[in-house]
Amino acid sequence: MMSAIVFLPLIGFLIAGLFGRLLGHRPVEIITTSFVALGAVLSWIVFIDVGFNFEEAAHGSGHAYERVQVLHWISSGDFTVDWAFRLDTLTAVMLVVVNSVSALVHLYSIGYMSHDEHRARFFAYLSLFTFAMLMLVTADNLLQMFFGWEGVGLASYLLIGFWYKKASANAAAMKAFIVNRVGDFGYLLGIFGVFVLFDSAEFSVIFDAAGDYADTTFMFLGMEVHALTTICLLLFMGAMGKSAQFLLHTWLPDAMEGPTPVSALIHAATMVTAGVFLVARMSPLFEYAPNALAFVTFIGGTTAIFAATVGLVQNDIKRVIAYSTCSQLGYMFVALGVGAYSVGIFHLFTHAFFKALLFLGAGSVIHAVSNEQDMRRMGGLWKHIPFTYAMMIIGTIALTGFPYTAGYFSKDAVIEAAFAAGDGIARYAFWLTVFAAALTSFYSWRLIFMTFHGAPRASADVMSHVHESPKVMTIPLALLAVGALLSGIVFEHSFAYEDGFHHFFRQSIFMLESNDILHALHEVPQWVVRSPLVMMILGFVLAYWMYIRAPHMPAQLAERHDILYRFLLNKWYFDELYDLIFVRPAQWIGRLFWKGGDGKVIDGIGPDGVAARVVDITSRVVKLQTGFVYHYAFAMLIGVAALITYFVFASGV
Amino acid sequence: MIDWPILSIVTFLPLVGVALILLIRGDDDIAQRNIRNIALFTTIVTFIVSLFIWGSFDNSNPGFQMVEESQWLGGLVTYKMGVDGISMLFVILTTFLMPACILASAAITTRLKEYMIAFLVLETLMIGVFCALDIVVFYIFFEGGLIPMFIIIGVWGGKRRIYASFKFFLYTLLGSVLMLLAIMAMYWNAGTTDIEALLAHDFPANMEFWLWLAFFASFAVKMPMWPFHTWLPDAHVEAPTAGSVILAGILLKMGGYGFLRFSLPMFPEASELFAPLVFVMSVVAIIYTSLVAMVQEDIKKLIAYSSVAHMGFVTMGIFALNEQGIQGALFQMISHGIVSGALFLCVGVVYDRMHTREIKAYGGLVHRMPLYAAIFMIFTMANVGLPGTSGFVGEFLTLMGAFQANTWVALLATTGVILSACYALWLYRQVIFGPLEKENLKTITDVNARELIVLAPLVLLTIFFGVYPSPINDVTAASVTNMVTGVEQALQAADALNMAATR
Repeated sequence: MMSAIVFLPLIGFLIAGLFGRLLGHRPVEIITTSFVALGAVLSWIVFIDVGFNFEEAAHGSGHAYERVQVLHWISSGDFTVDWAFRLDTLTAVMLVVVNSVSALVHLYSIGYMSHDEHRARFFAYLSLFTFAMLMLVTADNLLQMFFGWEGVGLASYLLIGFWYKKASANAAAMKAFIVNRVGDFGYLLGIFGVFVLFDSAEFSVIFDAAGDYADTTFMFLGMEVHALTTICLLLFMGAMGKSAQFLLHTWLPDAMEGPTPVSALIHAATMVTAGVFLVARMSPLFEYAPNALAFVTFIGGTTAIFAATVGLVQNDIKRVIAYSTCSQLGYMFVALGVGAYSVGIFHLFTHAFFKALLFLGAGSVIHAVSNEQDMRRMGGLWKHIPFTYAMMIIGTIALTGFPYTAGYFSKDAVIEAAFAAGDGIARYAFWLTVFAAALTSFYSWRLIFMTFHGAPRASADVMSHVHESPKVMTIPLALLAVGALLSGIVFEHSFAYEDGFHHFFRQSIFMLESNDILHALHEVPQWVVRSPLVMMILGFVLAYWMYIRAPHMPAQLAERHDILYRFLLNKWYFDELYDLIFVRPAQWIGRLFWKGGDGKVIDGIGPDGVAARVVDITSRVVKLQTGFVYHYAFAMLIGVAALITYFVFASGV
Repeated sequence: MIDWPILSIVTFLPLVGVALILLIRGDDDIAQRNIRNIALFTTIVTFIVSLFIWGSFDNSNPGFQMVEESQWLGGLVTYKMGVDGISMLFVILTTFLMPACILASAAITTRLKEYMIAFLVLETLMIGVFCALDIVVFYIFFEGGLIPMFIIIGVWGGKRRIYASFKFFLYTLLGSVLMLLAIMAMYWNAGTTDIEALLAHDFPANMEFWLWLAFFASFAVKMPMWPFHTWLPDAHVEAPTAGSVILAGILLKMGGYGFLRFSLPMFPEASELFAPLVFVMSVVAIIYTSLVAMVQEDIKKLIAYSSVAHMGFVTMGIFALNEQGIQGALFQMISHGIVSGALFLCVGVVYDRMHTREIKAYGGLVHRMPLYAAIFMIFTMANVGLPGTSGFVGEFLTLMGAFQANTWVALLATTGVILSACYALWLYRQVIFGPLEKENLKTITDVNARELIVLAPLVLLTIFFGVYPSPINDVTAASVTNMVTGVEQALQAADALNMAATR
């Protein structure tokens, strides 16, 4: 069953990729979509089986997880890795998320991409992505995970650059791949560190032995460092790249150049959460590396607030949601950082539904207004596309944490966990996440108000064409809306309560005996519990005031605080900064090395210089050529004499 | 086991093709077609026969296999051939790439006869290098290979072919002269030119030092290692497509092979002593040439510089002196032979159509050449080292080997994975993506059947070895383990000796 789930999308990809032009668009759409949909059904079966019907299964195997070996991969000396699947609750959760969202996105894309002449290629890429993502979450060792990790990066690159005529799409695709590679740089070094320490890259071996190395140090870069902390930090660098965390976040907003279904699947629900999954998966290591966890908390909190502030002023509907994603990922990392891994996964789980819903809803809006993405040219749409409007509202209340929606449970759990974790970095993260909750509410409602309310700002021509999307697009929205409303209340017990956690996750997430965060987070003071709700209302009221009651206010504010506004609008100037300190110097140095290093120094002193000297010498030798035979004969005799002398002495006669 | 001299047969089979080509008279279309067919047929037969070497190769035997021996030059030198886990795959790689080269030479029409002869002779010499078990025989093959390549670049090359071919020739010759001196010195010290005997011989420590340097001079140029690399971009740019494929695919591997055949096992102490130097040169090569590749304006030059960077991983892996490093280096060489060869073939495809290698002259090819775009994407990703392609396995293992030897080296070399993405994706974007605006590109055609036959096997192998690298690693494992233990023992013995001396 595991093999079927993972390989179905691969088969879909191969059929679509190799025979796409032969088959035509419609068969390709049906084949790939039905394959992934089948995978989704199987995933839910596995999920319920592993997560809730475990008792029966336990008597059979007694193992904490199931391993399916597929093929031998690399072996060299002591190093061996296989292609193998590892199935435990953590994997099962991810299977459900990936396959469900992917199936819905496939379905949705049939409608959304119906005017594109390359849609066979699009579906091939979507299936390729799904396959790579499944390889990532089912991996039984770090290297196979890296395969999935880079594979999703490739698929993301191809999909962002799907409209390859657009220069901006190509640039964004490249940027995504390269920034991700910066993270992978750390991931790779992390794998090496793991191998040096454990002599293996297989999860079961690493996890069993992790406790023995709790205090081990090793030499890294000439320093004696705590081994597990170093490894965790290196691996987390990979997570930062993939999950677009602070400093490595710059690619995610640009990735919105891709078609909207791609943004929903890859850049909201699945790929960007791979970093969260990685940290949760490596919990047996992170538990012994408190400093690394503190760093995770710090980055998570910083990202949550940073991305939220930028999201406040963006005008592109997709970019707002992208920054929101970035910010929510920060929340997940805060939960992981304070040791509440399952809470982080909980937020990942619920977020996948409501964020995919928001993105697909935004896609439906964009579809309706003839591919316009700028919210300043929308407004007043709710009467024309009421269903999309309703779906967007559901997504928004789930995101902002309206009581009893999905986000209400998961996000509040994150904030409470951050508070419960105590002082220091955790408290820093707590305040930032609470404050970010207000910003989240503000920008989410700003999006709704700017898009759906007020006077229409689109041209009359566009407005006359506004239409509700076809069924094939609205059904996925409705299904996601169910998830956005119910996934919190149904699963809260399993993810965020101690006994539920033990029953549900068992050994798939490791927590030290001393880590009682899942208990402590329910014991926090009432004001902490209430604060996200207060923040949500605050954000809503502010947005309502600024965009419904007094629509002239935002412009005035922006004018009055010009510097701040520009700072936020330009995303804290990260792109400009990186361009200045990385991109340009690299090109400058490259040119210097090429023209200066290779051209002047190496060739100048080396071959060209030697050639020039040879010419000098030969022209001098020419002068020696007198033309008299006895001169040459004399020179030869001297030469022979010299050789004989040498050999006589050299051989020691 | 096979009892006929299969290595000699594979080595000299191409010369049979040469004899047949010499029989053909005239230079008309029919004659040209015959010449092409004979060359193609010869190389394919050679490849098929060479597969028997792999077929009868015993993976568990770390020593030399299929050894042939006979007296030559009045007993001074023995003609001795044999392969082990280090050399065998290079033989297969050579015979595998040759048919592709012949097929990729469709654009050559002037002096076709001489061209094909040069390639077939070159094939014999290259196979000979990897099979020779006598150091003088090795040297003859090693040096002999220079001449046909020199001619190929100098006669069928581009505009600056004379400069490039001389630069290539002089550079490599200079290194070889030092190696010849070293070979003579080894003969005087050990009294034999038999490689197996030399491997068992223990050279005095101070002599090892100089011998290592002399061999290094030759192999570092061949690799090429920074800063001896500047001949390579020029040679690649000027060489015809097939010449570039052989140059990148096989000739560059001779340096790495030489390190593994001679430097490491014969001079273990010097190797350990010089390892830091090699590390520095490798890391500089990876970073420096990657940065240079990023600003190139010529497609072939960019790929040439990326080759230098990839060879940096090889030298780093070899001198990590552990199994992962060396096996990774071997894998990287085989994989790079396939991938860089394929990349040059890809460049050849568009060069044959547009007659320019300038990156600026292209753009938006995907609109007219979707199949080409897909193939080029796969090789670009292999060049970048994406897991699942063969490029990843070698890069990963060499880095892992280096990490155990020195974390700084591994850290700096790993930046190569970022930089390679920068230049490779930039090239792809400029050539393949974007709108199709240039007038003369609007009629360009997608890969034809001949080109597809050449490229398809390379695509399959690139992915196959990425997913299932065992066929290669199994071959190299025994010999590499044997070598690593040998080197370790020698180093321990030397340490013990030093301890005794100081006491």
